[in-house]
Amino acid sequence: MVMKRLLLGAAALALSAGMAQAQYSDNKVKIGILTDLSGTYSDLAGKGTIVAAQMAIDDFGGKLNGQPIELISADHQNKADIASGIARKWYDTEGVDAIAELVTTAAAIAVREVSKEKGKIDLVSGAASTPLTNDKCSATGFHWTYDTYAMAVGTGDAVVKNGGKTWFFLTADYAFGHNLQAQTERVVKANGGTVKGSVKHPFPNADFSSFLLQAQASGAQIIGLANAGADTINAIKQAKEFGITQGGQQLAGLLVFITDVHSLGLENAQGMMLTTGFYWDMDDQTRAWSKRWSEKMGGGKMPSMVHAGTYSQVLHYLKAAAAAKTDDGVKVADEMRKLPISDFFAKNGKIRADGRMVHDMYLAQVKKPSESKGPWDYYKIVRTIPGDEAYQPLSESTCPLVKK
Amino acid sequence: MMTIFGMPTQALFGQLLLGLINGAFYAMLSLGLALIFGLLNIINFSHGALYMMGAFVAWLALNFLGLGYWPALIVAPLVVAALGMLIERTMLCRLYKLDHLYGLLLTFGLALVIEGLFREAYGVSGQPYSVPKELAGGWNLGFMFLPIYRGWVVVASLILCLGTWFAIEKTKLGAYLRAATENPTLVQAFGINVPVMITLTYGFGVALAAIAGVLAAPVYQVSPKMGSDLIIVVFAVVVIGGMGSIMGSIVTGYLLGLVEGLTKVFYPEAASTVIFMVMVIVLLIKPAGLFGKGA
Repeated sequence: MVMKRLLLGAAALALSAGMAQAQYSDNKVKIGILTDLSGTYSDLAGKGTIVAAQMAIDDFGGKLNGQPIELISADHQNKADIASGIARKWYDTEGVDAIAELVTTAAAIAVREVSKEKGKIDLVSGAASTPLTNDKCSATGFHWTYDTYAMAVGTGDAVVKNGGKTWFFLTADYAFGHNLQAQTERVVKANGGTVKGSVKHPFPNADFSSFLLQAQASGAQIIGLANAGADTINAIKQAKEFGITQGGQQLAGLLVFITDVHSLGLENAQGMMLTTGFYWDMDDQTRAWSKRWSEKMGGGKMPSMVHAGTYSQVLHYLKAAAAAKTDDGVKVADEMRKLPISDFFAKNGKIRADGRMVHDMYLAQVKKPSESKGPWDYYKIVRTIPGDEAYQPLSESTCPLVKK
Repeated sequence: MMTIFGMPTQALFGQLLLGLINGAFYAMLSLGLALIFGLLNIINFSHGALYMMGAFVAWLALNFLGLGYWPALIVAPLVVAALGMLIERTMLCRLYKLDHLYGLLLTFGLALVIEGLFREAYGVSGQPYSVPKELAGGWNLGFMFLPIYRGWVVVASLILCLGTWFAIEKTKLGAYLRAATENPTLVQAFGINVPVMITLTYGFGVALAAIAGVLAAPVYQVSPKMGSDLIIVVFAVVVIGGMGSIMGSIVTGYLLGLVEGLTKVFYPEAASTVIFMVMVIVLLIKPAGLFGKGA
């Protein structure tokens, strides 16, 4: 008996010594999905991102140079303090090598600070704000799916060029809303438009009638919705109720996800222009992936760009970690910047010094009920916006890592 | 044009009217809460979840049974009230003799469970529910465009609130109810089945929440979160009006809707906090609430 234990101990020792040379900490690669599992963003991100990440791990083969790949997840409840607390625990005691998804700007920035300090990798998919690749940028931090700059360039530009010269903003009163409004104002003014005013509404907010009447009184042609999720949905629905759109004013949803369109119904959402990083029904590859994702989610749903982006970022991380032969954050991050990104989500993606993953974006218009062939057949892709046009030029980035 | 505080009077009227519409929802919900607290001594934290269920029952009835808005106005309160009475009979009735805190904790827990179940089944984005055809469109009042449906909400809520107030304060049944809360043993001695009356009262309070839910369905998204977003504000309304005061909760509901409406015009950033500021001030000056009868 004693002999057997000794032998086992020796074997374990030998095993761990052998592994040390392979340079994967804890003899495994561990990825954490930190997202909103219960709140406002749990449909557009949430459980679907865990499913997407698991698909990436499965497609990669489940092992990385012989080491098992583990996935864990947690709910940050859209709160920065909870997000940074979980991130710290994951890095310090659970051996997590990279944290992905990270919807909600405040949560993403909080995790960015922790990851930077620990030299670990963070992959942002759901959060939107540009500071992530400007003053909050990090050598081991990446921003994947979209950002407020690209939204403004896509939707703002298209709306102004269609004749929407005067704007009024309904803005969610927190960092993201302010950032989205500022980015869009910049595009509107650059194209010769003017901003007649704005109102900052509490977040979250259910009744928009008062703010909509203020927008109506401004006489602006376009009412820009610098908010997201349930706020955008309620604003659009109530604008129709109050006859705003029939009165000649138009709404521009500056950040609209396919889950929002599904919730609104085509009757309410038709004709709206929006910018997206992904649509499930673009080609055979996107359709095939989306169908697989939908089946794993229990059917009846199609993925948002955040879901697809999470798959892409996790897969790219694994490829880079395999190529670098380590899970050391800084080394994998360098490898990630070197490798091109080519999957169903990003055809010719590349990562810049500021951590921005540059890929093509799409300007879409919501179909009329008569044009739609069934549930989730919602978008007409109007224009492909080349990545270099959609995203903030590197020369304008305030990220200290960008050499000027 | 005449202006008040730099705002054209006409636009101000529009905003006041909108405030009144929101106040209608506050009034209906806080009335149910006040009723349940006044007669059962239960702080019903699951009220928001039951309001949400009212909206969901309407949505489910439409999508799975083909029942439209009008039947839903009857069916949803009945279904939700039945569930409410089940909760009262199986759980709440064991707590009447204990501290308020137990009722609060139980109903809060129930609210989380109900909300969680709906979130798991339907997600958070919300389901669309259209305005009924008869009430679609709107009137141009000159100073604003009033959707007919919103006008209907105010009228329906006024009828419900005043009807309830009348039933409790002016009818014989109401007198029994009030007597039963003062001294249940004595009322029971007169041959009135007090426990059944209490159960029915809880059912009625819950039904009010469910009706508010159906009325809200075409205005907001039918979403599992719609109740928890509203319930805190409604509690503030009840506290400001005076816990348990029927008329207090109705008047305060409309009044705070107006206050909130005005805040949205002059300082929108504070719109979500103004009600709590009012609450602090009222509690400092009159701890029993505006219509409360002593502490």
